[in-house]
Amino acid sequence: MTYTALSLTLIFVCIPLLLSKILKLDLEKDTLIATLRSIIQLLAVGYILKFVFDANSYSYILLMVALMIIVATLNARKKGAGIKGITWKIALTLVMIEIITQGVLLGFHIVPATAQYIIPISGMLIGNSMVLSILFLNRFTAEIINHKDQMELILSLGGTPKQAIHRQLINAIKASMIPTIESQKTIGLVQLPGMMSGQIIGGADPIHAVQFQLLIIFALLTTATLSSVMIGFLSYPALFNERMQLLEMK
Amino acid sequence: MNMLYEPAIHFQQVHFSVNDKMILKSITGSFPKEQITTLVGPSGAGKTTLLKLCNGLLSPSNGHILVDNQPISTYDPTALRRHVGIALQAAPMIAGTVLENLALPRTLQGQKLLQQEAIQYLEDVGLNESFLHQSTNDLSGGQRQKVSIARTLINKSSILLLDEITSALDRQSVQDIEKLIVTINKKYNVTMIWITHNLQQALTIGHYTWVMMNGELVETGKSSLLDAPTNPRVAEFVQGVNK
Repeated sequence: MTYTALSLTLIFVCIPLLLSKILKLDLEKDTLIATLRSIIQLLAVGYILKFVFDANSYSYILLMVALMIIVATLNARKKGAGIKGITWKIALTLVMIEIITQGVLLGFHIVPATAQYIIPISGMLIGNSMVLSILFLNRFTAEIINHKDQMELILSLGGTPKQAIHRQLINAIKASMIPTIESQKTIGLVQLPGMMSGQIIGGADPIHAVQFQLLIIFALLTTATLSSVMIGFLSYPALFNERMQLLEMK
Repeated sequence: MNMLYEPAIHFQQVHFSVNDKMILKSITGSFPKEQITTLVGPSGAGKTTLLKLCNGLLSPSNGHILVDNQPISTYDPTALRRHVGIALQAAPMIAGTVLENLALPRTLQGQKLLQQEAIQYLEDVGLNESFLHQSTNDLSGGQRQKVSIARTLINKSSILLLDEITSALDRQSVQDIEKLIVTINKKYNVTMIWITHNLQQALTIGHYTWVMMNGELVETGKSSLLDAPTNPRVAEFVQGVNK
């Protein structure tokens, strides 16, 4: 695609701006900021990726993945601000997810150990984990606030913190995983996944594109489960003190 | 307070504060063993907080609490809470049947509650077998409170804390619960600490009373003190309630 052609796609930005103006949605500023940010961020990433791919050095790959984990952690932690130590708990979860998924993919030679594969796959998995973590923390916090009386009941009957929070933990884990599972049920029927579409547009064989998409779909199931389960089990002890008392969420 | 009785729970200079806000100030006093002591006082006096301190759902900021002459901090929290049971004001239930709720104290210990035992506990609180498989969502306020009390009895607690359990009930349910409290106290020799806004209940059912205001213990003694209070603050409170 030429830069002239790309600039013509800005028509798609003008339409929401126009509608926002006419309907007084007051979203013009946000739309412009989002557009500018996406142009700057993606171009910057494009040049960085080009540099990293050309260098094909493991230290650059590691640096890129570390950067992804840091940004994803800083973004997700806002939703769990009331949980002590949430930052390192999310970071540890993302590191574990990266180790497990890349361990399988590279260990079994499913994908080549090059920046071209490791970085985009890591980006998709870490990004998905970040969204899952946000979904989980949102629901988990709401469950705790809304069912404080039930947790207190179980503690009052001689239950342990783990028993007291069990239902809330399971509900939050299930709720955060449902969108991933549901979206996978209709995949290919309602919409073609972004990565697969990108590959097909780029001229790849559709079957080859589907194979890679399946790889991502299966890996996403693991990241979805691990994100909520790990953050959940790492987080709940911080909600109680050593006398098994439920602490107020800040 | 008359100390002819051995204390089940003793507070010694207990303070409790949250975020620098003092909730309880220098509470010293005892709850006599196997007696019914009522906790009365205006809303916000710190009564529920005091109750939660008794079974370790909260810990004092300062001071000492003895349960059966043993410092509360030396108890394992789960063992303490089985020893000192609490029926919470809202009678919270886990989603499920009455039987599942009654079995909860046992389930938490990895044990089972036999159906026959469950029926016995239901009968103890004035309910019958037909309630066993009923969803707790279908229970009335009074029935929920009775199930909540029965559930607390399953741990065979020797001290029972009751947090305003009759405040939202109709007249008949209130009378049923009042009878139940007296029966449990006599049948199981359970020490009871009962928060109530109903001074008549405190006078007729409670053996002893604690009057609390603004986080302070204003007066303690036999329940009859509410009949003819000598403390001017208590007199003002009683007069206000009886208006």
